Amino acid sequence: MVTGRLSRRAAAFAAVLLLGTAGCGAGPTAATHAPADGGGGGGKVTVFAAASLTETFTALGRTFEAAHPGTKVTFNFGSSATLAQQITQGAPADVFAAASPATMKTVTDASLAATPATFARNKLQIAVPADNPAKVDELKDLADPRVKVALCAEQVPCGAAAVKALDAAGLKVTPVTLEQDVKATLTKVELGEVDAALVYRTDVIAAAGKVRGIAFPEADQAVNDYPIAVLTKAPAGDLARRFVALVRSWQGADVLAEAGFEAP
Amino acid sequence: MLVVPALAGLAFLVLPLAGLLVRAPWATLPRRLAEPHVLEALRLSLVTATVATAACLLLGVPLAWLLARTDFPGRRVVRALVTVPLVLPPVVGGVALLLVLGRRGLLGQWLESSFGVTLPFTTAGVVVAEAFVAMPFLVISVEGALRAADQRYEEAAATLGASRWTVFRRVTLPLIMPGVVAGAVLCWARALGEFGATITFAGNFPGTTRTMPLAVYLALETEPEAAIVLSLVLLAVSVVILASLRERWVSAP
Repeated sequence: MVTGRLSRRAAAFAAVLLLGTAGCGAGPTAATHAPADGGGGGGKVTVFAAASLTETFTALGRTFEAAHPGTKVTFNFGSSATLAQQITQGAPADVFAAASPATMKTVTDASLAATPATFARNKLQIAVPADNPAKVDELKDLADPRVKVALCAEQVPCGAAAVKALDAAGLKVTPVTLEQDVKATLTKVELGEVDAALVYRTDVIAAAGKVRGIAFPEADQAVNDYPIAVLTKAPAGDLARRFVALVRSWQGADVLAEAGFEAP
Repeated sequence: MLVVPALAGLAFLVLPLAGLLVRAPWATLPRRLAEPHVLEALRLSLVTATVATAACLLLGVPLAWLLARTDFPGRRVVRALVTVPLVLPPVVGGVALLLVLGRRGLLGQWLESSFGVTLPFTTAGVVVAEAFVAMPFLVISVEGALRAADQRYEEAAATLGASRWTVFRRVTLPLIMPGVVAGAVLCWARALGEFGATITFAGNFPGTTRTMPLAVYLALETEPEAAIVLSLVLLAVSVVILASLRERWVSAP
């Protein structure tokens, strides 16, 4: 669909209208605030998070629900840039966790988020199919024209990081495809359609056994910071602050470290 | 009685387009249009959609004839299967194509080992993805036209000694031409707007597989204004082409 992305925004907008939770801070939204004594009490918190956080945040969401009986955490996972767009278009979100400071900046520039905090860092790895048909073992193998490489598009955080890392290594790589997000890039490797791709270390770990990850030194030149912020128009401001606190607590750090993220 | 819902339907279809027009950055429009990558994506879109439509005509018209004019066991099931790409989420369609025609796919492996042909990440792959998603539109339109056409003409031609092929070529096809054209137009429009199956099966690389919808998607990541411009270009081009085709063809005798 030509206007697929636009219609998704329209859908978000329609949802705003239908749910009556438009970020005007009035009306029924007040009911979703948890009482200040921390008793939960049936609130609902909506978290927009980067696709690479799918596994970790889903787990943290369950932890949060267990700690606050009666609350419900709903997630919208996707490309950070898309989520930033949806938020600036008025989607009813409480928390935004992005895969790059640049995408967070879109939201802070629109004065829709308070000061973001970096809660995790992620590094690139070379992902190859489990049987490694092209015998890739270091970054410069990707410059070989016989090796089919998938990269993320430069417009999304993993693509920007890939460009940085390849520049740091002084390599010229011509990919066969520039994918729209990191999960799509990984899928191409899992299916064996490409011989190698640059994805995050966490994605390699999440794809348990289906792909092999190869670390490379230039990845240190292109580390991605993940900022998180409570949105200024959050319908469930209090719960949102608590969710962010959980992500930044030792519990959150444990879950993130297990998935392969580094501490900020 | 009918006018109110009719107008509501029209507003529902036209208002989003008006939204695009209102939000379009008219001042920077000419500069953005002249960018080589825009023209490249547009050219690629027009070429692939047209080739895909030609492929759909070659395969789809005979398939529609089979469904409308012959009787074989399981025909209903076959008809239902033909419409599968319509209901399949496009990304799933792309994955399905990869599993069959990809490097490790059922047919793809054999294509590569015997002919050295790989479809993913090539312009041919874009055509395959578009044809897969758009062909049902053509088949359904043509089949409807065939069912509505008066079969006595074909019978008369057959009793006068014309072969099946001659009857099809000289009698059936001229009879159903408006239906074929309408189907081809729908098919072309659908192919032009194809996004999900294309990016999944053919990937996204400037000049080879980055069609207009893919360019729009990526522009949205960084510059929503540029995305609106690109969408408008695609819409304008398709509306002009479709309108001129209608004038020429669908006013059939």
